[in-house]
Amino acid sequence: MPPSASKPSKKRSKPDSATDPVPSASSKKKSSKEMDGTDQLFNKYANTSSGVIDPEGIEKLCSSLKVPHTDIRILMLAWRMKAEKQGYFTKAEWRTALKALKVDTIPKLKKALPELEKEVRKPLNFADFYAYAFKYCLTEEKQKFLDIETICQLLDMVLGSTFRAQVDYFVDYLKVQKDYKVINMDQWMGFYRFCNEISFPDMTNYNLENAWPSILDEFFEWLREKQA
Amino acid sequence: MYRATIIDFEQGCKCLEAGVSELKRILEEETSETRIDPKQYLELYTTIYNMCIQKHPHDHSQRLYNKYHDIVEHYAKKTVLPCVQQKHDEYLLRELSRRWDHYKVFVKWLSHFFNYLERFFIPQRNYPSLLEVAMKSFRNRVYLEVQVNAKDVVIALIDKEREGAQIDMELLKNVLDIFVQSGMGTIERYKEDFEMFLLEETESYYARKASRWIQECSCPEYMIKSEESLKKEKERVTHYLHSSTESKLVEIVQDILLVSVAKHLLEKEHSGCSALLRDDKTDDLSRMYRLYHPIPKGLEPVADAFRIYVAREGNALIKQAQDAAANGSLVEAQVLVGKIIDLHEKYMVYVMDCFKNHTLFHKALKEAFEVFCNKKVAGSSSAELVANFCDSLFKKSGNDKLSDEAMEATIDNVVKLLDYISDKDIFSEFYRKKLARRLLFDHHKVNKEHETSMITKLKRQQGGQYTSKMEGMVTDMQLAKEFQKGFKGSLTAKPGGIDLAVTVLNTGFWPSYKTSTDLNLPREMVECVEAFKSYYGTKTNQRKLRWLYSHGTCHVIGSFDPKPIELVLSTYQAVVLCLFNNTERLTYQEIIEQLNLSHEDLVRVLLSLSCAKYRILNKEPASKSISTTDVFEFNSKFTSTMRRIKVSIPPPPIDERKKVVEDVDQDRRYAIDACIVRIMKSRKVLPHQQLVSQCVEQLSRMFKPDIKMIKKRIEDLITRDYLKRDAKNHHIFNYVA
Repeated sequence: MPPSASKPSKKRSKPDSATDPVPSASSKKKSSKEMDGTDQLFNKYANTSSGVIDPEGIEKLCSSLKVPHTDIRILMLAWRMKAEKQGYFTKAEWRTALKALKVDTIPKLKKALPELEKEVRKPLNFADFYAYAFKYCLTEEKQKFLDIETICQLLDMVLGSTFRAQVDYFVDYLKVQKDYKVINMDQWMGFYRFCNEISFPDMTNYNLENAWPSILDEFFEWLREKQA
Repeated sequence: MYRATIIDFEQGCKCLEAGVSELKRILEEETSETRIDPKQYLELYTTIYNMCIQKHPHDHSQRLYNKYHDIVEHYAKKTVLPCVQQKHDEYLLRELSRRWDHYKVFVKWLSHFFNYLERFFIPQRNYPSLLEVAMKSFRNRVYLEVQVNAKDVVIALIDKEREGAQIDMELLKNVLDIFVQSGMGTIERYKEDFEMFLLEETESYYARKASRWIQECSCPEYMIKSEESLKKEKERVTHYLHSSTESKLVEIVQDILLVSVAKHLLEKEHSGCSALLRDDKTDDLSRMYRLYHPIPKGLEPVADAFRIYVAREGNALIKQAQDAAANGSLVEAQVLVGKIIDLHEKYMVYVMDCFKNHTLFHKALKEAFEVFCNKKVAGSSSAELVANFCDSLFKKSGNDKLSDEAMEATIDNVVKLLDYISDKDIFSEFYRKKLARRLLFDHHKVNKEHETSMITKLKRQQGGQYTSKMEGMVTDMQLAKEFQKGFKGSLTAKPGGIDLAVTVLNTGFWPSYKTSTDLNLPREMVECVEAFKSYYGTKTNQRKLRWLYSHGTCHVIGSFDPKPIELVLSTYQAVVLCLFNNTERLTYQEIIEQLNLSHEDLVRVLLSLSCAKYRILNKEPASKSISTTDVFEFNSKFTSTMRRIKVSIPPPPIDERKKVVEDVDQDRRYAIDACIVRIMKSRKVLPHQQLVSQCVEQLSRMFKPDIKMIKKRIEDLITRDYLKRDAKNHHIFNYVA
């Protein structure tokens, strides 16, 4: 999980994502059994006074799962449960995820992670997940930007495995340039489109006259100059 | 007379043939009149008439019709043709012409004889008329046999005429008439048997001429020859060619003489378009216009040459000023605008006279000026230079150096010039700042008519919004004067013993000014301020006054030992001097503490009072600059021959240019935002490139927007939820209501 601000965060708008399957009547008996297991698991990691899993609890969860807590799969889990607040899982959110994954124990959850990853990496879901990742990091109520450092880490985590070269170059650029101190959602999504649509590193199909966000135009020109 | 006897066909023919022979004989004799004996004529007519009305089987109409045909055939074949074929060259034409004339008379009389057929028989059977039959025979028997030779002779004669020889035009006219008539109602024979060849010959004739002339002649000479050629060809048509040939001939001549060599001609080294412009050869330029005007797209190369020349002249002026500035002289930059205006007037005359006010040339002039009117000289944009020009112009106007007409003309020229400048908003900003200074500091010198005239003309060209602030400023001065009257009238005594005049400015119209509002005024001035404040409060509702002491002037009586002198000072200067009413000596520190002026402002004031032209104060040490340890003393010994002196103080060194550019940039940002939202609100959905180009178009009236800035503003508006990207195509935007 990318490092979040230490300030207490307020509620933000819900990220949109695919709806969860509705429980059917026939599996009611089974689901109630699952629910118990799920709840028990929840309580194992939750903070007893606040009633939610807090950052400490998430760290514990990560070590149980033997997954580094900056791993993308935790973010994917957060996405699955539509977690609203970075660093916290509520009971409802927990239930949502575990039910969707059909697990109620740690080993099962661990086994389900690759499946979850595959699910998320499907093109239709990934765009949504990518947008979610940005929104998840916004801590303040009306916040619309993320600082450059957070962006660099987030890019590495989310796109590093699929678009290594683009991410590396873009992160280099972000660190060197002086015009932008923050990135907004439009620019964030723009980069994803860039990775998907523009051939790299030649970038022959990039058109400066199109509506690419200005920061990408400048990245393009910077890279061109470097390649010359 | 009624004849009871039937006329036998052979009998009738005999009679007919006699008449025909007689006719032929008369024609051969070629006496001045062709007269058939009336008795004979009547007999023939009646014979034929009777043969037609006789009852069947003696109704000979058909046979008579055929007989007529035979007669004309015979005449054509046996008489006309042999005579013509015997001859050659011009004699051929003469004989043909003569025989044609004979034939026409022959047919005319014959038709008279056979006239009765024409009245009932021919229409009834829908047969070709007698004239048609005759014409057809002539065509088939004569024309088709001789037309090739005739055509060759005619064209040879035309060529001779082109080279200057005199030819028999009537002859040619008559001969060509044969060609026309042989078309039997259409112009086909003339076109295919003659005109086509004429045009071919014309083409090669002028091609030869063109290649010679273009080498040997200068541009004006060539044009004169071309004009002459066109004139001659048109005359040719009126003299003997068919009128339909005119447009084709003209097209060929124009094409060969003017179009194909246009580039070569216009760019001739010492006599081409640019040389003509350089040497002010208005006649030749007018001719050029006349020649190229009727040709479709013919004027374009001429307008291009004009544009390039004017742009070159303008660029030269700019370069001159730029070079001078690089060498340290700024004089060139100051006179540049005047020179550009003169250039514009000069070439506008060409557009109106030589080029007959044609839009293509107006456009060329405009484009040429747009090229160089937007170049920078010594760091100043053209907008700034023009604003400076206006400033000096209006400052001079108080001196009555320029007559009213000359002033109006110059104002008109400036406004026209503004049209060529792309950053019109920068001009308005600079203009406004200078206008403010003129109104506030030189208001007794300001010529209101001239200032208003300029603003009105700017408004007419650029719209009300462009000039609203300027107008506001001028109005403010007027209102302030009236308000001042009311203030004066309301006073029972002078506040603080001072004659106070206040000008109230509307913040929205005027440039923003910094001022030391914490300035500690002397008691008398405080009374003034309070008096005005309370009067203002009674006259207006909830308005806040911000006092600009930095812009005030003060008349102070200095009681010097030799004699008292009236000093015209800025308020700051007056305030500093007033401190010396209470004590003879003050240190810098004391002054600054008592007054609360900023260090920069105080230094300027003290310099003006102690180190400049008039030593009102003595400074220890008597150096040329102010230091914070200096001590100042009232110079009681100061005197001057004059009774009133103005102690000038240099204005603070604001980088006005930088501020203007910053302000304009900010305004542009708002303008772009508003424009984008306006466009999207009406279009709802729009692809990126179209949004950008529409934005540029709409804003171009005021300035040339930077594409990158537009893009950034779009992104900003996306973040502010005014627009969003379309879900399917990220290069299309949707308006967010």
